Amino acid sequence: MNLQHLLQLQQLMVVLAAMALFTSFVLLEQTRLVAAIHAFAWQGMLVAMVTVIVAASGAHAHLFFSAALTLGLKALLIPWMLHRLVRRLGLDRHSEPLRRPALVIMAALALVIFSYWLVLPIVRQELIFTRNIVAVSLAVVLIGLLMMVIRNQAVAQVLGFMSMENGLFLAAVSATGGMPLTVELGVAFDVLVAMVLFGVFFFQIRASIDSLDVDRMNRLTERTDEQ
Amino acid sequence: MNLVTWGLALWQALLYVALAPLLVGWIRKVKARLQNRRGAAIWQPYWDIYKLFGKEARMAHTASLLFRAAPYLVFTATWLAAAAIPLVATGLPTAAIADVIVIAGLLALARFFLALAGMDVGTAFGGMGASREMLISALAEPAMLMAVFTLAMTAHSTNLVSVVEHQLTNLDLLQPSYLFALAGLVLVAIAETGRIPVDNPSTHLELTMIHEAMILEYSGRHLALMEWAAQLKLLLYGALLANIFFPWGIARETTGGALGLGLAVVIAKLALLGVVLAVSETVLAKMRLFRVPAFLNLALLLALLGLLSHVILEVGA
Repeated sequence: MNLQHLLQLQQLMVVLAAMALFTSFVLLEQTRLVAAIHAFAWQGMLVAMVTVIVAASGAHAHLFFSAALTLGLKALLIPWMLHRLVRRLGLDRHSEPLRRPALVIMAALALVIFSYWLVLPIVRQELIFTRNIVAVSLAVVLIGLLMMVIRNQAVAQVLGFMSMENGLFLAAVSATGGMPLTVELGVAFDVLVAMVLFGVFFFQIRASIDSLDVDRMNRLTERTDEQ
Repeated sequence: MNLVTWGLALWQALLYVALAPLLVGWIRKVKARLQNRRGAAIWQPYWDIYKLFGKEARMAHTASLLFRAAPYLVFTATWLAAAAIPLVATGLPTAAIADVIVIAGLLALARFFLALAGMDVGTAFGGMGASREMLISALAEPAMLMAVFTLAMTAHSTNLVSVVEHQLTNLDLLQPSYLFALAGLVLVAIAETGRIPVDNPSTHLELTMIHEAMILEYSGRHLALMEWAAQLKLLLYGALLANIFFPWGIARETTGGALGLGLAVVIAKLALLGVVLAVSETVLAKMRLFRVPAFLNLALLLALLGLLSHVILEVGA
């Protein structure tokens, strides 16, 4: 749908969604963990703002609640928990440069184009005004997946996972006007529990291999008695 | 009428040449005040150019004809490129005969001769500066073209005047692609004009200089023309950013009142841009040369995201 047909508020929503996509790229490229956590918090904030605008301009009153939930959980609580974890693990100054940054960016851009191609049939259905954002949310999901693939550091992989969740939430909001409240609460609770479990896992991983570089787990072998 | 518009186009082109040193003087003044210095007068670049024109132009023994001709070629190409960018008024004939690809081509021509002149004498610094300049421009040019194509796709024309007119008719439209293109073009402009995180225009430090290294062998009127061309390039990018992304107040008719308003508005916009540049140069440190590709990758990413968000978010299907 053409931008000229949208109201001012809905144009702002499109801008916010585009910025959420940009934070995905920032997250992907970021070498410092603390800065990556900040980028993730900004993404949660932007997703929450998009949700508020969808709620304000549609008949989905329960989306206000989802927006508040997203803001509290994704923009404040989880970044705070991650921040604390990183500080307790002594990783605040840890930086892990990407091996081929330009190639990774190009792959992520290809994912954006792919997701646009994928959702074209959805966009062609004359749905609600948010349908242009479906491609963006799918791209956020795929870039989160890419981040989990290319990063070796466990905390960075968790960030990729959480940003995938952001993308899924955005897709639900933009394609169908949000999930039912029960499902949403369940997902939010799941994410929170996952976060707590990840925190425990980080300490376990570090205790057993003395690093959070999960690539080193490939070298783990079971001790056998014959040797 | 035709003669009037051509006269105005010539006046605008001369205005570019006349205003370029003033912008540099203004930026240096603001920067000096931010650093608690009093700084030179904002007319100082004019005096420098005047002084250099009065001096003898010395030439190395190994210099060829190319070395002698390069300052004139660089200055003319930059000036022609500037003349095609609307500064005060739209609807002038110079803008109609050159679109944005021609502008990029003219700037590339100027850079080509600048780099050749840097290598001509055969000193180590000239060659080093030329190779660095080429590294930066090879990465900056695609980003610039992508950012400009984003605008061109929105306006359905690569002509800058149509882009500005399209912007003026859609002032209330909030476009994500423009935000990305603006951010990308700002980064490109910083790299191309050799401002602080990429190159420091005010030092002759061996290890870091890029633009200064290429013109190290020049003196007298040749040096004056080279410096003037660099100042012109800064004004060119400033006008490009100010008039395409913030086109308010630009003269659309050729009446005296509209032109006066256009001139006042564009000077105000450029002064503001100068302040922004001075502040950013004060708070940022120059980065290592090997970090510059990452910087320009970011510019390319922003420009490509602008292009994609235009296709995905603004046009839809």
